[in-house]
Amino acid sequence: MTLLDKFEPLQQARERLRGLGIDPFNVVVEKILSPTEAIVDGRRVILAGTNNYLGLTFHPECIAAAVRAVEEEGCGTTGSRMANGNYADHLALEREFAQFYDKPYSVVFSAGYLANLALLSTLPGADDVILIDADCHASIYDGCKMSAAEVIRFRHNDVDDLDKRLRRLKDRARRTLVVVEGIYSMFGDTAPLKAIAEVKERYGAYLMVDEAHSLGVLGERGRGLAEAEGVEDKVDFIVGTFSKSLGAIGGYCVSPHRALDTLRYAARPYIFTASSSPAQIASTRVALRLLRDGGELRRRLWANAERFYNGLKVLGCRLGPQLSPVIPVILGESREESLAVWKELLEGGVYVNLVMPPATPDHRCLLRCSMSAAHTPEQIDTLLQVFARVFSAHGVAAD
Amino acid sequence: MKSYQETLSELLETIRVLVPNAGEIDEDTELVGSLGLDSMKVMNLLQEVEDRFDVSIPLNVLPDVRTVGDLARKIHQLLEEQ
Repeated sequence: MTLLDKFEPLQQARERLRGLGIDPFNVVVEKILSPTEAIVDGRRVILAGTNNYLGLTFHPECIAAAVRAVEEEGCGTTGSRMANGNYADHLALEREFAQFYDKPYSVVFSAGYLANLALLSTLPGADDVILIDADCHASIYDGCKMSAAEVIRFRHNDVDDLDKRLRRLKDRARRTLVVVEGIYSMFGDTAPLKAIAEVKERYGAYLMVDEAHSLGVLGERGRGLAEAEGVEDKVDFIVGTFSKSLGAIGGYCVSPHRALDTLRYAARPYIFTASSSPAQIASTRVALRLLRDGGELRRRLWANAERFYNGLKVLGCRLGPQLSPVIPVILGESREESLAVWKELLEGGVYVNLVMPPATPDHRCLLRCSMSAAHTPEQIDTLLQVFARVFSAHGVAAD
Repeated sequence: MKSYQETLSELLETIRVLVPNAGEIDEDTELVGSLGLDSMKVMNLLQEVEDRFDVSIPLNVLPDVRTVGDLARKIHQLLEEQ
């Protein structure tokens, strides 16, 4: 057994995918045309598998700000904020996030993934506990792996299970960080945040909410699930990303706790990463303003989600537990069948995400679809027509 | 306070109910290899076991839990610490 032999099964799986003619986990977007259209495998497709919820990636004001930043400040920062200095725009964006959430402290990270790594590897120490929802994102699991704290899972969205596990911790519950997400990335369901916040308060624990998929999507001002549920004052740390509704790359955390500001001096994923490029920060600053004032974008997003969700329901598709801009179409256990369905959708001009176990919450494959405020009703109707044709050919819709 | 043997017997009984097709199970049975469970099913099994014993098994200890005996020892230790 050599160092590289462990990759053999993965290599074989990849070869099987190659036999299909296109690898769903390595799709090449030959040309991106708009927030909702691209050329993939030589054909024009409608993108229904992005996280571009507000469709801001091509917004002229975001583009103009990014272009200006490149011209005035260059392509990159070439170093970390601690070692090489903060650019004024990094600090301005932090102030704007703090204002947006009405919290005193805010830190911007170079990626949403790094925000979770930084928080989870640094906040809870050796004698502390992290209590995570079982369906949390890989970045949360990876942050937990980097932490010296004890890590315990509770059943997905099960408040009674969370309560039970906090009870078992006795006095250590006060040294516990509960971690949940606003909208879960695979099934599009929301956390029962009001009940979770009530339980964490009762035990004196801390609460972190990852609003990666809910920023700009939920809440009157787009601040996410905590705003929508009216529990922002009970959340200790809100983390999120620029790479979905804000259409760029980066991450952030806001908090009422001063410890967040101090964490800059201790969090390795903050210290040892080059800071975000001027263009990313500049476009994000504009996008955050558009998101804050984006009531109409949110209305369009939800109208689109409803149109697509209801259309799929009429087709007889098995869908996720609740209406959301993340719409999973649940397939069966057969990987071959799922691959064939995904490929035929693409050939019909529809790009969605194929997700297979263990990346799915259970043993079934799913097509993860997502809506954008930028989709037109006509595009959604086209998506539904293609789904109807492909699903009917495979007999999967009526399951 | 249960002895280790009592914990092991209760765990074996729980696993036999939860994995009825597992065949003969003893202290040396491997959770992943011998029970024929994938990692996701092992996690589901652990949740049921946690409920049965009213303990939370930290994810950090799982790399050291290979056999039914390893799991019984961990549960016994957690119960002792309570």
